[in-house]
Amino acid sequence: MFSEMKKNIIRMKKLKYKLLAFALLLSSISIAQQTPGSKQKEAISIEGATAHLGNGEVIENSLIMFNEGKITFVGSANTKIARQGKIMQVQGKHIYPGFIAPNSTLGLVEVDAVRASNDVDEVGTMNPHIRSLIAYNTESKVVESMRPNGVLMGQITPRGGRISGTSSVVQFDAWNWEDAAIKVDDGIHLNWPNPFSRGRWWLGEPAMLKENKNYKKQVEELTAYFTDSKAYQASAKSPKHLPFEALQGVIDGSKKLYVHVNGERGITDAINFTKANNIKHLVVVGAYEAHKVSGLLKQNNIPVLLQRVHSKPKNDDDDYDLPFKLANKLVKAGVLVGLENAGDMERMNARNLPFLAGTCAAYGLDKEQALSLITLNTAKILGIDDTVGSLEVGKDATLFISEGDALDMRTNKLSKAYIQGRDISLESHQTELYKRYSKKYKK
Amino acid sequence: MIKKTLLLTFLACTINLFAQENVPKNDGVKTISSNYTAITNAKIHVSPTQIIENGTLVIKDGKIVSVGSNITIPKNAVVTDLTGKSVYPSFIDIYSTFGVEKPKRQTVSRGPQYDAGREGYYWNDHIRAEQNAIDLFKYDDKEAKKLLEAGFGVVNTHINDGIIRGTGTLIALNSKGSNANRILKEQSGQYLGTGKSVTSRQSYPTSIMGSFALLRQVNMDAKWYASGAAKETDRTLEAFNRNKNQVQIIEAGSKMNALRLDKIGDQFNTQYVFVGGGDEYEYVNDIKATNGTFIIPIDFPAAYDMENPFLASSVALADLREWNQKPYNPKILADNNVNFALSTYKLKEAKMFMPNLLKAIESGLSKEKALAALTTIPAQILGKSDELGTLKTGAYANFLVTSGDLFEKKTTIYQNWVAGVKNELKPIDPLDMRGNYTFNLGNTDYELSIKGELKKLKTEVKANDKKLGAKISLSDDWMRLTFSTIDTTKQEFIRLVANIKNTNAFNGKAIFPNGNETTFFATKKVDAKKTDDKKVDKDKKDDTKKVEKFFPVTYPNMAYGFKTLPKQKTLLFKNVTVWTNEKDGILENTDVLIKAGKISKIGQNLSAANAQVIDGKGKHLTAGIIDEHAHIATSSVNESGHNSTAEVTQEDVIDPEDIGIYRNLAGGVTSIQILHGSANPIGGRSAIIKMKWGESANNLIYKNAPKFIKFALGENVKQSNWGDNNKVRFPQTRMGVEQVYTDYFQRAKEYDTKKKSGKPYRQDVEMEVIAEILNKERFISCHSYVQSEINMLMKVAEKFDFNINTFTHILEGYKVADKMKAHGVGGSTFSDWWAYKYEVNDAIPFNAAIMHNAGVTVAINSDDGEMSRRLNQEAAKSVKYGGVSEEDAWKFVTLNPAKLLHIDNRVGSIKIGKDADVVLWSDHPMSIYAKAEKTIIEGVTYFDINRDIQLRASIKKEKNELTTLMLQAKNKGLKTKPIEKKVKADFHCDSEF
Repeated sequence: MFSEMKKNIIRMKKLKYKLLAFALLLSSISIAQQTPGSKQKEAISIEGATAHLGNGEVIENSLIMFNEGKITFVGSANTKIARQGKIMQVQGKHIYPGFIAPNSTLGLVEVDAVRASNDVDEVGTMNPHIRSLIAYNTESKVVESMRPNGVLMGQITPRGGRISGTSSVVQFDAWNWEDAAIKVDDGIHLNWPNPFSRGRWWLGEPAMLKENKNYKKQVEELTAYFTDSKAYQASAKSPKHLPFEALQGVIDGSKKLYVHVNGERGITDAINFTKANNIKHLVVVGAYEAHKVSGLLKQNNIPVLLQRVHSKPKNDDDDYDLPFKLANKLVKAGVLVGLENAGDMERMNARNLPFLAGTCAAYGLDKEQALSLITLNTAKILGIDDTVGSLEVGKDATLFISEGDALDMRTNKLSKAYIQGRDISLESHQTELYKRYSKKYKK
Repeated sequence: MIKKTLLLTFLACTINLFAQENVPKNDGVKTISSNYTAITNAKIHVSPTQIIENGTLVIKDGKIVSVGSNITIPKNAVVTDLTGKSVYPSFIDIYSTFGVEKPKRQTVSRGPQYDAGREGYYWNDHIRAEQNAIDLFKYDDKEAKKLLEAGFGVVNTHINDGIIRGTGTLIALNSKGSNANRILKEQSGQYLGTGKSVTSRQSYPTSIMGSFALLRQVNMDAKWYASGAAKETDRTLEAFNRNKNQVQIIEAGSKMNALRLDKIGDQFNTQYVFVGGGDEYEYVNDIKATNGTFIIPIDFPAAYDMENPFLASSVALADLREWNQKPYNPKILADNNVNFALSTYKLKEAKMFMPNLLKAIESGLSKEKALAALTTIPAQILGKSDELGTLKTGAYANFLVTSGDLFEKKTTIYQNWVAGVKNELKPIDPLDMRGNYTFNLGNTDYELSIKGELKKLKTEVKANDKKLGAKISLSDDWMRLTFSTIDTTKQEFIRLVANIKNTNAFNGKAIFPNGNETTFFATKKVDAKKTDDKKVDKDKKDDTKKVEKFFPVTYPNMAYGFKTLPKQKTLLFKNVTVWTNEKDGILENTDVLIKAGKISKIGQNLSAANAQVIDGKGKHLTAGIIDEHAHIATSSVNESGHNSTAEVTQEDVIDPEDIGIYRNLAGGVTSIQILHGSANPIGGRSAIIKMKWGESANNLIYKNAPKFIKFALGENVKQSNWGDNNKVRFPQTRMGVEQVYTDYFQRAKEYDTKKKSGKPYRQDVEMEVIAEILNKERFISCHSYVQSEINMLMKVAEKFDFNINTFTHILEGYKVADKMKAHGVGGSTFSDWWAYKYEVNDAIPFNAAIMHNAGVTVAINSDDGEMSRRLNQEAAKSVKYGGVSEEDAWKFVTLNPAKLLHIDNRVGSIKIGKDADVVLWSDHPMSIYAKAEKTIIEGVTYFDINRDIQLRASIKKEKNELTTLMLQAKNKGLKTKPIEKKVKADFHCDSEF
């Protein structure tokens, strides 16, 4: 017993040194992050661009004006109206509302393989009270690399457990998480039980997916948890129950319930579960097989945050392009769809969000519909469409100018971007290295 | 006390039957039998091809003395008349673990074990040629009984553990004898497999690739050892050399492994006997070409329970088909003249053997072949054709006595004789008393009815229409019946005892409650046969049930497989935009002619006879995409058991049935390099293949492919992210990595010098491969991230006077692009990956552009089955990040990887004379809106967007048909199994096997 304790102490000491060494290492090599832009001081008028509004509309030769962080005019450049403030002539270019990355873990992990930089998955099964916002690192080098591609906002979401916790929506130009927040604690994330379970290969079972014998039990546990929580909401709430307190918003309809689920059966069960529990705002996240129940989704007005478009089909027999055309199938069926990007290397990959939408356009949607998947539709789903998601008067001036079609990697080249009217830097750790080494070889 | 007596009787019997002449006898006098046993009037199947109607078989001392129709039976013969019965040679189970206990698994402890756990044996614990099954053998009476009941007379058993498993032993299922007469061949062959021994935790090999390499190395080491040049004793190699002349039975477990192992056998002049997987029909031509004999399992899968549509939708077409097709495997092998034996291998119980065999016969396997696969062929494999497998004179008297045709459902096996000793399984004419009888006792008429199963009779006795409680028992031919008296309140009983000679009428003794005895006489009523007739009818119906439809095999045998392989065609693309990747650049409105698999003409207004004309208006034609770094189409990626594994090769483990191949075609990919993973500084050799969907593994590989090997640097090889238990393997730092390389190159140099000197040397595959690098015959593609180590490897190579060919990933290549240019190494990078490990903190998407601008040959690779099919988009990112021209960016995924792989003389551009590996795109090929419409390799259209739509429809149709059949199977009451979804691993560099 004693020796065991001693070993632990030694281990802990070693760990401390390592942490210290690591901290020193980090501080010595890190390069300063981009300074957040300053508050918009004068009005800006952008003239001549093709404006993609995000709501499906396009204005060729447009005029967009914004002041004090808000859009004040959206229309044709032929409109006879006084241009406000600084005028930018951007003929031939394109203007877009800022893209939104929902169900993202940006700022919660810096480097996947470095445990010390990982703040995404808390211990426990039912963690509705866990809040992502306070761990969101505004100075993440990964976050700043989003902006040069037009991804300007994200829903920061914890992972793991049955109920992972509470997400918040942020914009990507801030000194700290308080400033970053667009919508605090917008919803709770629930990982629906999987009807399949994998064989325990380490016990000699074949590593195949089999029917999850505990599925029913796991769903019942969830039902019991919500029933219990509802009873608590009606009680004197003493002593306080932190997880149930956190669930209150979902029950009273002020927060959304994001259910992460892929299968046809799971989606159906999740819909029935929310109905039975009077949960008003369900969002289905992942939704690989949602196209099989699109009627049910439409009928119940349930929106979908669709899984990473650039992924392999889940079954050998699936159409090779099934992940590419899922959005089209759902949109055509009248379901409100946004795109999310969770999965392997999801953080650094989130900057490719525009190209996920581009692929949806290649596989059935028109380009403006595809754009909505990462702008207005997502804003509606997250409940932030009153301020962002489209180029409309009164909304935040969170937008950017691209040299060409921003949904195509060949032409997605940003020359300017604004968040809430602030002129933000499009530089990053990566562009600095690019410049430094390009210069080295020019000598 | 009774038990002991029984045991003694049993022993006495044994000695009596099998007395050995030199055994002293102290419990009586020596009684040596010189009698014969004769069987007469039976239909005797002497061999699968020779049948004697009305034959006689004479046996003495366990062997057959004579067989035929006109045999003189010796006077001192015990004769059994078997009129109407059939006699067959009993079965040989060629692949069994009978009587050999399964070795115990080593308990898991922390940390890997790199060294062997044994001394004086081979350096690798999984090579166990010195084992002999006979040393562990213990006759298992219970199991023997089950095998006897299933028709087996001889089993060939072995230790099923390890890669080389030592010798097996051949056992007669002589339950009444002793090991003295059971062991037919002490060493019946040498056994091999692909899996590791459970008795050791030694890490190497961690992969099947490693198992293959190890098998090769053992053969080489054994040769060296046999030459007497080895300095130390190695009991394993000694045994291996001793066992070499025996038959070599290798557990392949699947068609794919059989084909892989056959190549190894060929290398060492060994023709293995393969234990198969039951899936050989899928590549029957290649299976045939191995010239090997196969041992085939018949564990045909049960239908899936498809009732739950949510689960059912996830079962793959390939798995549905398997249910329909696998029972046809023996027939297809027989039709193609593949020599094969059948075995209980993989069956849970011996009693499952016959029903599965009947299923194979129902599916078209001839009865003659079935019998041969169980008798003459296993005998032939074991070199025992004279003594086993037939009923010829001189052979062991191992035979079955049956009611009729052995391979009919209704047939009963009565007796299984082993070495002339009868084991009765079922009585030939069992006493069947079932029926209704009447008898009279003391003026009362009784009615007796006997029902139920033969072994468990039920009875009812009635008198004056009153039911009387009754019990019956029948032992041998004595019936005992007890029933209550008519006055049931008294609880008194009448007992009847009778010796039954005739079931139609019998008499016996009745004992009344008062002790008085009388005789009785019972006669049978004649109406009792009806039920039996009904049963016969039902049986007939079963026999005539229609044979299920065979769903044809496709290439590969899964969704999107071809019914027949597509053929090379003459193709003429008209008015298309051609990205030549040559001086001509991008040519608009141009025609391209493809003939005999090559680019034949490029120009305007081309025409050609018999060409299929394809309108290319508004479309783009490019060279096929080449992925320098892929891990699809392989069964295994990393051999991580050693820090250097140059001896393993991806060519050993190509998986032509990976749907990734088809998906890559749909993304315009025509060639890939399958690289070993990055688990060690010196990894394994590559396979460079074309995406020829439907072809076998060998046909995917480039002919005369340039030789490549994977090296790796950084976090993966120093095991930074392998967990706390992995801190013992050298190297754990970048400092150590340099020393690993220097060490191996130095040793390979010395090896090569010795080899070239003509002096004897121990052949070592690892050293041979590394020496090829030094001799500039093999190229390195090195997984790399951080500039310090990139620079280091170039310096190590320069010291040994060669160049690194490619840095793959090379995420900090931009920091040392000038040094790379000077060294002459290419860079194959990710377009924009970073931040997943500490060492990729400084990875930037401008990397490709900077290296390109510095004059380095740059490619964009995937290392990912998903991205591989979108490399056109990844190339486009170089236009975005760093402003590379579109023409140059396109070369990043076509001509440049061809150059890096030294295949640019064959592929990579649209140039007259090059392979016609081209893609027709719906749009600008780097546009996100572009789709590959046709992907062509050597003039063969392997992907066509319209054909794909047809395939989808036919997949749906076939799945529905099979689903219906499975539902019907369940309704019929057949056994089903729960849904499982097979999952293939997604491989990346750091996949651990």
